[in-house]
Amino acid sequence: MRVTTTVNGTEQHVDDVWPGESLLYMLRERMGLPGSKNACEQGECGSCTVYLDGEPVCACLVAAGQAIGREVTTVEGLAAGGALHPVQEAFVECGAVQCGFCTPGLVVAAHDLLERVPRPSDLEIREALAGNLCRCTGYEKILDAVRLAADRQVRA
Amino acid sequence: MDFLQPTSWQDALALRGERPDALPLAGGTDVMVDINFDRRRPGALLDLGRVPELREWGQDDGRIRLGAGVPYAGIIGNLGAQLPGLAMASRTVGSPQIRIRGTVGGNLGSASPAGDAHPPLLAAGAVVEVASAARGTREIPVAEFYTGVKRNALEPDELIAAVLIPAASGPQQFSKVGTRNAMVIAVSAFACALHPDRREIGTGIGSAAPTPRRAPEAETFLAGELDDAGLWDSRNALPEPLAAAFGERVAAAASPIDDVRGSAAYRLHSLSVMARRAITWAWNDLREAA
Repeated sequence: MRVTTTVNGTEQHVDDVWPGESLLYMLRERMGLPGSKNACEQGECGSCTVYLDGEPVCACLVAAGQAIGREVTTVEGLAAGGALHPVQEAFVECGAVQCGFCTPGLVVAAHDLLERVPRPSDLEIREALAGNLCRCTGYEKILDAVRLAADRQVRA
Repeated sequence: MDFLQPTSWQDALALRGERPDALPLAGGTDVMVDINFDRRRPGALLDLGRVPELREWGQDDGRIRLGAGVPYAGIIGNLGAQLPGLAMASRTVGSPQIRIRGTVGGNLGSASPAGDAHPPLLAAGAVVEVASAARGTREIPVAEFYTGVKRNALEPDELIAAVLIPAASGPQQFSKVGTRNAMVIAVSAFACALHPDRREIGTGIGSAAPTPRRAPEAETFLAGELDDAGLWDSRNALPEPLAAAFGERVAAAASPIDDVRGSAAYRLHSLSVMARRAITWAWNDLREAA
């Protein structure tokens, strides 16, 4: 089947999509957007987190057909014009990245949090990132990065 | 596999009638896992995400009519005061990403004994509204909706339209045991509702029997003891031995199994503890409200 959807601001047509295919598979394998990572395929790890009509969702649990006519923003869409988003910069500066596999999902989840809650408490940060697993960092540097991005956002 | 995408409730029911091999798809948090892991290959997916009627909620004669497609995030954000037990359970579902997509209708469709929405729906005395193109609408008390492990009372041509939940007349509580806060499939879960208007207790047990179920004997036991001791009127503290006896009766209503998430013995023990605590929390809420 054909899926027409807006990804990172551009309307795209994808043909020969299998009806049971996930949005994640379509993004990675058919649209050349490998930023969203494929790990658990059951919504446990959050590595495939993307925006669907402005809400963070696990792309592995969205059928590609459910994205028809919707707006999808992937981690690739956060770095406008090649410049890193402040959340991404904060992740780099704080060393919140080790193997990097969980990073795109965490960046999207943190981005969403800071869009909704400019000055999140630690509890709010933990809750917002509860659906994203990282097996390397122990999360402390990730929390540092979100705090840093929040501080800068408030001051800007 | 076909991808069916109705844009109205009428069209959804018509498609359901024509395609008994179609698997309804709402938030995808259960169905897509089965598809991704090759556990299910239905003849078609029936995407209900574009049926606007399913995302509505409103008052219906003292009840809240909750459209089957309202996501948990919508319940948390909008219905916490009217449906406190369901809202509490909704806050414990998965993660933010899952709560944005997952729906009570999907929980009922999957009918997993571990579904988080089931215990509060049982405790509140909810009714499931289902419909087919051929026979119209019928209402099924939620306690009769679950018919076996991941089985429910839906006919092959029916879809879940909504859940009708009496607006809370007293405090409600929910408790669940798992290995961490987020992303937990309940090891065991318990919900209770105080109905001070009719001096009754509602209960719901999750993850500790082939289906979600009430603990009717515990309900009548506690309501009777509260009557006998005049506690409905005095609103004095709930005696600890009474709460503990209630907890034991809740556990006695369960019939859990050993599995990877927990042993049957642990499920029984945790249920009695959760029931004792939850009923005490609810009773204290009632006293504070008085």
